Amino acid sequence: MFGWEFPPKIYGGLAVASYGITKGLSLQGDVETTFCLPKPTGEEEKFLKIINMSQVPVVWRDVNYDWIKDRFVGHTAEDYYRFRDHLYADFNYLQGLDDLGCIQFAGGYPSNLHDEINNFSIIAGVLARSEEFDMIHAHDWLTYPAGVHAKMVSGKPLCIHVHATDFDRSRGKVNPTVYSIEKNGMDHADCIMCVSEHTRQTVIHQYHQDPRKCVAMHNAVYPLSQELLDIVPNKNPHEKVVTYLGRITMQKGPEYFVEAAAKVLQRTRNIRFCMAGSGDMMNAMIHLAAERGIADRFHFPGFQKGRQVYEAYKNSDVFVMPSVSEPFGIAPLEAMQCGCPSIISKQSGCGEILDNVIKVDYWDIDALADAMYSVCTNEALYEYLSEEGIKEVDRITWEKVGLRIRECYNQLCGRGYFNNDDYLEAVKDIK
Amino acid sequence: MKTICLYFEIHQIVHLRRYRFFDIGTDHYYYDDYANESSISDIAERSYVPALTTLLDMIKSSNGYFKVAFSLSGVGLEQLERYAPQVVELLQEINKTGCCEFLAEPYSHGLSSLANEECFRSDVDRMCKKIKQVFGKTPKVFRNSSLIYSDEIAAQVAAMGFKGVLTEGAKHILGWKSPHYLYHANVNPNLKVLLRDYKLSDDISLRFSNPSWSAYPLMAGTYADWIAQTPAEEEVINIFMELSALGIYQPLSSNILEFFKALPECARERGISFSTPSEVIKNYKSVDAVNVPYPMSWVDEERDISSWLGNTMQREAFNKLYSVGERVLIGLDKRIKQDWDYLQASDNFRFMTTKQNKVGMDRGIYDSPYDAFTNYMNILGDFINRVNALYPVDIDNEELNALLTTIKNQGEEIEALNKELEKIKGVAPAAEEKPKKAPAKKAPAKKAKKAE
Repeated sequence: MFGWEFPPKIYGGLAVASYGITKGLSLQGDVETTFCLPKPTGEEEKFLKIINMSQVPVVWRDVNYDWIKDRFVGHTAEDYYRFRDHLYADFNYLQGLDDLGCIQFAGGYPSNLHDEINNFSIIAGVLARSEEFDMIHAHDWLTYPAGVHAKMVSGKPLCIHVHATDFDRSRGKVNPTVYSIEKNGMDHADCIMCVSEHTRQTVIHQYHQDPRKCVAMHNAVYPLSQELLDIVPNKNPHEKVVTYLGRITMQKGPEYFVEAAAKVLQRTRNIRFCMAGSGDMMNAMIHLAAERGIADRFHFPGFQKGRQVYEAYKNSDVFVMPSVSEPFGIAPLEAMQCGCPSIISKQSGCGEILDNVIKVDYWDIDALADAMYSVCTNEALYEYLSEEGIKEVDRITWEKVGLRIRECYNQLCGRGYFNNDDYLEAVKDIK
Repeated sequence: MKTICLYFEIHQIVHLRRYRFFDIGTDHYYYDDYANESSISDIAERSYVPALTTLLDMIKSSNGYFKVAFSLSGVGLEQLERYAPQVVELLQEINKTGCCEFLAEPYSHGLSSLANEECFRSDVDRMCKKIKQVFGKTPKVFRNSSLIYSDEIAAQVAAMGFKGVLTEGAKHILGWKSPHYLYHANVNPNLKVLLRDYKLSDDISLRFSNPSWSAYPLMAGTYADWIAQTPAEEEVINIFMELSALGIYQPLSSNILEFFKALPECARERGISFSTPSEVIKNYKSVDAVNVPYPMSWVDEERDISSWLGNTMQREAFNKLYSVGERVLIGLDKRIKQDWDYLQASDNFRFMTTKQNKVGMDRGIYDSPYDAFTNYMNILGDFINRVNALYPVDIDNEELNALLTTIKNQGEEIEALNKELEKIKGVAPAAEEKPKKAPAKKAPAKKAKKAE
């Protein structure tokens, strides 16, 4: 598998999904996963093999075993020598080679992202020659070129996992470079796993892919740890809290949340709104809240991480995700795990597998305001959504996702091609 | 002799409009007039008018052999009067033939029978009055909204003086028994119970036009044969359905009306008669008591009340609504009473169901149960505020009732005194001081009268 993020280093939903998928597969016992990361921390869980792409050689260097044996994070020195035996071209012209003949990655999303993507793909060529595997699985567009390269070299089936498309991120105004990378990856893939039917339709219609090789593979959530379950909510009985949690950016529709909040606050004062997260539209939102005259009831606590996220859910009475276009959106599931009712936009992929949430059109601020007010004022609705939500989300597990992905793998490895109709028939019992 | 008791329900709800919480307190109109008018005229055109015309023809052409019963909800009747008076005229014409019976039901088509005895009684009383006013007959037989029935309800119905009640022949109540007999309520043997044969009823209302059904296409002769082939001692075949089954659920193109037209002749050939519920009660003997400890209905597979009161949201809305029931009844505000009727309609609760149903459900303007709940609660919030604003909240209902009665009595007394005064004035026009006093007294009397 090629991935860009993996816990404990979390930039966004991709890391969580990568972890869930690999963990779900590992539980089956007979799936061995090698996960290639640009820059692992060395603190990843050990149920899978990690390859550190920053320490895979692309040019030959004569290095002594004793000198390098303790320097590896992820794979070992033995792996290094094996990789070194499979160099396939002269990459001495590359900038930034170290004494091991490796290319350094900054990790995360630096400004020279396109160079990093290209380098990632170069290294994938080495790996494809030296490793033995049956399947290639590439997560998100950053790793598609690597996946395609590995497929070209090895001839093994390629499965790409579409966690988001540029159409979601840009509200339709795509970056042509990104689009071409995505399109190229999809064109070469034997199976395209999309995180929702919503994304699948985008892939079919905007990227012109054959519907038969596209499959909707919904994400799941991991049960909360005891430590998180034990968080005691700190609620003010006289006030309700409505929370938005996520990047404050165009894709997530934050302005609809502010506008709806203004409508709610016209009628009632005992509700507070909290817009957690950071992003390029944060300042604009602070301005908007001030302009609507609701700044006294509208709070921006900034970026939340780890335990803070769950504390925010537990202290909230409603969680709102008004995304304009959300490929999946794992946040509402996490909120539901904490017993917090969710309101999501109909344009969110996770809505396809959730019943106990309120769905509104992202642009319909009247409906959004109405729903927020209703959950805050009607105890019965709050309790129903809270209790049924926990029950529902507990049934959505990565183990089941792992079984579904396995079905895809079986098809690809068994007969060499993938057909969504056969897949649907095969997995109809996994519920 | 076998007899078919055919009964149709006529009910349409008043559609609620999209009511946002910012409308609470500013806008007291809750209805979507356009949706009401268009849905009623659509149903009248596609179903009620052709169906009733056919039934009328059947009565006339069979010289009164064919008989039929109807129940109308007050809410539905009001709508018909407003938007499709031709349907009411047709019903009156059928009524004139004497081959039809009108049953009583709660005016609002609501669930008051499960909530509050007073509300239930007033709901039914008003319906009886309305039927009397429109058709000139007082109903003798009762059917509850969606045939909801339990022992407790039976006791209330019997206390209101009804001779019979219609309900579902649910499997879990009857067990091995057959619905093809007349039964009586175990709480009061004088209240007879007619049980719906859901198989024969649903054959028409649900399956008639379904080509994958094994009996498709169903002919009137076959249907009459099925009835004739039941054991000889099973004499009462109760076939109950909504009138809109003819034309809406089963499109006219399926020739369902032709099926009905042929039915009386086919039945006559096989010695099967038609009866109205009252005739069944008069002519047949009850064989056993039915025992229904928990409410049942004709809805869904479970035949219970879970599609209205199955989840916490529905129960919350229901409890909130009936929490002001007594206040509304005591009060004298006409508009509030009218809204009370429309808000009670059971359909409003059904929109909030979270049951997984195989049959696709029409939720009207709502796209989820939560949406339905939110909208309804917004309206209810406004409604309850209005009810509470009528009289100070801190006066309890009993006290308020006493006060209102006193005011009413005083009003009547003042009026009586005024009349007397005028009489005296006629006799002794010399009296000058008394008339001066009169106007001062008159004013409150008028007010009380107006408010009534």
